[in-house]
Amino acid sequence: MKKDRMHRLLTLFLSNLYISACTFGGGFVIVSFMRRRYVEELHWITEEEMLDMTALAQSAPGPIAVNAAIQVGWKVGGLAGMLASVLGTCVPPVVILSVISLFYQRFAENRYVALVLRGMQCGVAAVILSVTADLVKNVARRRRIIDAIVTLAAFAAVFWLRINVVFIILAAAAVGIAAALAEKRRGGRTA
Amino acid sequence: MSVLLQLFLSFLQIGAFSIGGGYAAMPLIQSQVVTVHGWLTMDAFTDLVTIAEMTPGPIALNAATFVGLRMGGAAGALAATLGAVLPSLVIVSLLSWLYRRYGKLPLLQSVLGSLRPAVVALIGAAGLTMLLNAVFGSAAAALANVRWPAAALVAAAFFALRRFKCSPILVMAACGVAGLILGLVS
Repeated sequence: MKKDRMHRLLTLFLSNLYISACTFGGGFVIVSFMRRRYVEELHWITEEEMLDMTALAQSAPGPIAVNAAIQVGWKVGGLAGMLASVLGTCVPPVVILSVISLFYQRFAENRYVALVLRGMQCGVAAVILSVTADLVKNVARRRRIIDAIVTLAAFAAVFWLRINVVFIILAAAAVGIAAALAEKRRGGRTA
Repeated sequence: MSVLLQLFLSFLQIGAFSIGGGYAAMPLIQSQVVTVHGWLTMDAFTDLVTIAEMTPGPIALNAATFVGLRMGGAAGALAATLGAVLPSLVIVSLLSWLYRRYGKLPLLQSVLGSLRPAVVALIGAAGLTMLLNAVFGSAAAALANVRWPAAALVAAAFFALRRFKCSPILVMAACGVAGLILGLVS
């Protein structure tokens, strides 16, 4: 039993270490990789929980990657899991930045480094789009018109209008509250 | 006040008030590190942003290590990183507890139900922005400006992910190698 738990914590730590070390780009990139690992490969977290965690990570203060790691950690292994998870996420950037700040100038001007990074940008774009395709399929499966409206409105708000994502999350939450109240009123009338 | 404590408190504020991650944190870091404390010149700050873009990890953590190392060595880096992460540890742990305790309430279920599609849209928008950046660079999105090798690379990577379920990290590494080869050939 105890050995099982240690193994779980170690897997959590190493998975986040690996994801954090290999993930370029913003918080959403890392969340996509976490989803792949914890939802699809390990089945530790359900798809819906992962989306809820993403929303919470996005709307709470602090780096999204760290916020997501905290929630995954609590869910998988309680306090010890949370610490292992956060540690795994924080160690790679700290180590890599320490090394790079030692010889930043030469790194930035290196032509080969720039070429590799440009190639990796293409890979990241493909990963995120692939994750999006899966997620859209799941949302569409529920066949609710309100979901389609929220999805399109949120996309337009962030992509074209460049509205701060915090407001988009708050607006979506407000829609949810309104929907719950409307549902309640309807339920009250029929009862 | 010792520089370690100053680093800790500065990054504590950055961690507590940067909502939305990534670039939302940048102006806060600039204000603390350049304007308030003068730890970095504006030039060095621009360098820091460049490094953060090229390396894995959240910009707040990258900044904490970069500035902490310069001002207080390894202890400085630790103090700043701890400061950046601490608000998240407290606030997100609390919210996550509330979610597990009250997540089954109908009202919260309804709120989460409409948050999910919004989050899907945010992720999709981030992906599309990266796609445009990879294929067009800073040029306008027109057929004449398409970087065909990059577009082909994205398509190949997408195909490998969907059709063969390749590991994303493997796909990214392969794209890095392909980018190097394509760049050297052309």
